[in-house]
Amino acid sequence: MLIYKATELVNFAQGDLMMLGAFTCYMFVVWYGVGYWAAFALALVLVALFGAALDAAVLRRVIGQPQFAVVMLTIGLGAIFRSAASITWGSEIYTLPTPFSAKATRVAGVTVSHEYVAIIAGTVVLCAVLYVFFTHTRVGVAMQAASQNQLAAYYMGIPVKRMFSLIWAISAGVAAIAGVLLAPVSLIDINLGFIGLKAFAAAVLGGFGSIPGALVGGVTIGLIELLSGAYLPQGFKDVAAYVVLLVVLAVRPQGMFGTVARKKV
Amino acid sequence: MRFVFKTAYTQDLGLFRDSVQRNAYLALLVGLIALPKLVPDYFVDVTLVFIYGLCGLSLMTLAGYTGLVSLGHAAFLGIGAYAHVFFVHDWHLPWVLSVALAAVITAAAGVLVGLPALRMTGVYLSIATLAFALIIQEVFTRWDHVTGGLKGKAVDKPVIFGISFANDVAFYFLCLAALIGALWLTANVLRSPTGRAWVAIRDSEIAAQSMGVNLAVYKTTAFAYSAALMGVAGALFAHKIGFLAPDIFTVLLSIQFLLMVVVGGLGSLHGAVYGAVFVAMVPVVISQARDAVPAWAATLAGPLGKPAAATAFQAVDRFVKQPGLEPGIFGLILVLFILFEPLGIYGRWTKIKLYFSLFPLYKRATFRRQRAYMRSERLR
Repeated sequence: MLIYKATELVNFAQGDLMMLGAFTCYMFVVWYGVGYWAAFALALVLVALFGAALDAAVLRRVIGQPQFAVVMLTIGLGAIFRSAASITWGSEIYTLPTPFSAKATRVAGVTVSHEYVAIIAGTVVLCAVLYVFFTHTRVGVAMQAASQNQLAAYYMGIPVKRMFSLIWAISAGVAAIAGVLLAPVSLIDINLGFIGLKAFAAAVLGGFGSIPGALVGGVTIGLIELLSGAYLPQGFKDVAAYVVLLVVLAVRPQGMFGTVARKKV
Repeated sequence: MRFVFKTAYTQDLGLFRDSVQRNAYLALLVGLIALPKLVPDYFVDVTLVFIYGLCGLSLMTLAGYTGLVSLGHAAFLGIGAYAHVFFVHDWHLPWVLSVALAAVITAAAGVLVGLPALRMTGVYLSIATLAFALIIQEVFTRWDHVTGGLKGKAVDKPVIFGISFANDVAFYFLCLAALIGALWLTANVLRSPTGRAWVAIRDSEIAAQSMGVNLAVYKTTAFAYSAALMGVAGALFAHKIGFLAPDIFTVLLSIQFLLMVVVGGLGSLHGAVYGAVFVAMVPVVISQARDAVPAWAATLAGPLGKPAAATAFQAVDRFVKQPGLEPGIFGLILVLFILFEPLGIYGRWTKIKLYFSLFPLYKRATFRRQRAYMRSERLR
């Protein structure tokens, strides 16, 4: 759903950025009485700016260090965000009123509420846009290059530092969109971020670095959860996604759509 | 700077570099033995340091020496704790046998997780272990005739060979002995061919493979060894906290273990212990600071007049009493360490030591690390 791994930036704070996005939107809608769409846009822009600032202030320093450092850094940042959010917004659970709330349509005999329609539409549009962006625009291709080999990209005249800020901005923006879309379904609280872990499952299932794969992976995870909730004993619903994730990692680590490559020496 | 002039093979085989080092460690040991007498109020916290030290050691062999970063070590701790309590309470096995069985079971779980690890590197592995930890947590909740489910399970004080360790001082020595045993074992394993193979895998899998290191065998061994240590730590942890519930062994605990290893310094046994001291002591310091900091703020605002001081006191007091503050502080410490001292406390200590032993000639570049700009995980 919020897969953004064409850049191979593994961000464990993604879920927390999602939470920040949802809270910002909530704040504008409920406290300041801004319209839903305006608040959505504001949240998107603010969180994206925040992502860029984060890159400039913190993450740029670890460029060139092992990926472990980045992983630990994002875990640490995620903890800080959660704590900051609980201090600013408290640990209550909020609901975000949206234009879609409490409306439903019957499609081919199945009742679908508008919130889910919004999520599905949003996801499809987002993925399409990202896919086109990464494969067909100069900036997108430059980003992929910058994330694969920073030095070579730099030699080719790509402003690597600016690319990274942009990558983080987009990544944070996407997280904010996901957070806002998800907010009406799963209530806003500071632990919204843990849903991000399921996104990882989806990403791995589809294969990192493949945007259509991420979409298929997300749908598969969702279906598995629903089916195991319906047919297996209680308790399996929550872990089914992780079991599938483990199995996929053991059997086919590159995911369904990943590319196999081995370093040649 | 001191150089050891080696004249016999036994000097190479010895655990310590020279008699100075050995005496320093002996002095530390004497200090630790005397500790319950010296600070009767605080040594109970030090017991937790020993148990965390075991956990840190376990993760250090895996993450620091083999280069496999696990985000699910709390699950191993939980497996060890529950297995031990189940054997002691429900099957009435002797304590030592039960701990050994718990270690074996966690080692088996480690192998189970290690098997998929053979085909993954880096982030994939972290995610797999994370998924494993989440599954195990669910198992703890659901499998209630063994684990007690959400109601939890009370743990009695340990009784070994008929000797009760109910008293805090006795338990302190039990944990100290376990930590020293584990340190001794790990230090020796790391100097053996197995340990050398682990380090080779960490530094370059391809190079290790080319030199004839069997990746599958050694990675699985690393997982099993690390998990077994965690199992022993889990057994002690169960006695320490006295009550088991599934929500103790969360992802946050795993992250705390990782914090321990990073803060202490990756790739050193000292680091594991420093990290344990740090992680066990920070909550104590925070809770002390919660009481002290508002008063300082009031003193600082004092010159502005009494109402200002009172406002400052209340504002700071409200701020520091936030329950969400603690994980945030942990996160902040983690971020600061990665940015400014990637080698951890142990790295800082070696730098300070080198600075003084080389006094006017110390160069900052000694510890500069080469940066790798080729990052793609697709080619590996």
